Amino acid sequence: MTSLYDEVAPTPPSNVPTRRITVSVNGEPRTLDVEPRLLLAHMLRQGLKLTGTHTGCDTTNCGACTVLFDGRPIKSCTMLAVQADGHEVETVEGLASASELHPIQEGFKQEHGLHCGFCTPGMMLAAKALLEKNNNPTEDEVRWALSGNLCRCTGYQNIVKSVLWAAEKMRAESN
Amino acid sequence: MYPSRFGYESPKSVAEAVALLDQFGGEAKVLAGGQSLVPMLKLRFAAPEMLIDINNIDGLRYHRVDPDGSIHIGALCRHEDLEFSDVIAKSQPTIAAAAHLVADPIVRTRGTFVGSVCHADPQGDWAAAMIALDGRIVAQGPKGKREIAMKNFVSGPFQNALAFNELAVEAIIPAPKGVARGGYLKLERRVGDFATASVAVSLDMVGDTIARAGIALAGVGGHTIDATEAASVLVGKTLTAESIAAAATAVAAAADPRTDHRGSSDYKRHIVETFVSRILTGIANTSQKAA
Repeated sequence: MTSLYDEVAPTPPSNVPTRRITVSVNGEPRTLDVEPRLLLAHMLRQGLKLTGTHTGCDTTNCGACTVLFDGRPIKSCTMLAVQADGHEVETVEGLASASELHPIQEGFKQEHGLHCGFCTPGMMLAAKALLEKNNNPTEDEVRWALSGNLCRCTGYQNIVKSVLWAAEKMRAESN
Repeated sequence: MYPSRFGYESPKSVAEAVALLDQFGGEAKVLAGGQSLVPMLKLRFAAPEMLIDINNIDGLRYHRVDPDGSIHIGALCRHEDLEFSDVIAKSQPTIAAAAHLVADPIVRTRGTFVGSVCHADPQGDWAAAMIALDGRIVAQGPKGKREIAMKNFVSGPFQNALAFNELAVEAIIPAPKGVARGGYLKLERRVGDFATASVAVSLDMVGDTIARAGIALAGVGGHTIDATEAASVLVGKTLTAESIAAAATAVAAAADPRTDHRGSSDYKRHIVETFVSRILTGIANTSQKAA
């Protein structure tokens, strides 16, 4: 089946030059042969079947494809997979443990921070990057940190509440 | 969307990167933050044979203030490095004011200052700031380094003065004569949109007197607009209601906006006038408080 996002095959034809890269994805080293033009978002989705990273606008606007790259949020539709060689990538699949949701995920559940859910993985990773730098953000700081992520359902109110909920829980847990 | 096929090299030194640029004779593009280049590759506005990724070159991610007061920004200094920088907050108000208005917070973790200046987008923030600051770009080619003054660097929309085999390795902001004052304001429909209009102001002040005035505009013309000539009405003066109004009127006249979906030409010119006046009034008010 061909899907909308089946664009550059994660395993290119044999006559196309590839590079071997090793990327730590959610703490696990993964080795792939990729065409230089393969985007990180497509590597994650098609190559590694980690479809929690969504591609929305595909033009660096919406932030749905946000992942953490060496701990900082980046738009994975705007980075080449080859650039991740030797680096650490964290996706939404890396948030929860086997038994427990991450406090940010719990926050989105408690405060109804999503409707359709398409933007949610990017929102949560942008929020994680914020809370790692600042575990007690103001509402304004949350809005600022999420201003590169678009949501077309919620009007953002509950997303902001979700992140503030998570911040409080994470502060309580670290005490 | 995905780019057309290209070769990829990730040199470990500036010399190696320059040699690759030289070898590919204009068919190579430099990849720094990639926040403009990768979308352009995906939209197929750019289709280079070779991409030279400079992210693996050590020693290019820095910004510092030298003892002489000049500021040096390396080719891999990300927007957010400047946004969260204590030295910039203390020493360079124009850069400090613009840093958190560039694109959006996620793009700022990756995009670079120097890359953005090289991209020379008529709506780009940093090219305007650099022109207002009378900055220079250090270009390294096969025969060594040269410095290009910002006013000669942006040669048109999305065009710069680099030769095909030169890499922009550093941006320099000269030391102010006196104290550096300034600001940056941008009107955008939402975070990350192209600017409807933006204004960069840089003043060097000796006491209450303006020793140098640089103003540049983005989003209100086919290229970044250097309004320094218009701003020269301020030189030798103090900031008063009259001098501020004269500068705002002169700078607004230097804008060359087009009517489009972001607003009419008159509206954008009005925004420029308002922003110049707001920034200068803000500087006048803080100077008064400090005195």
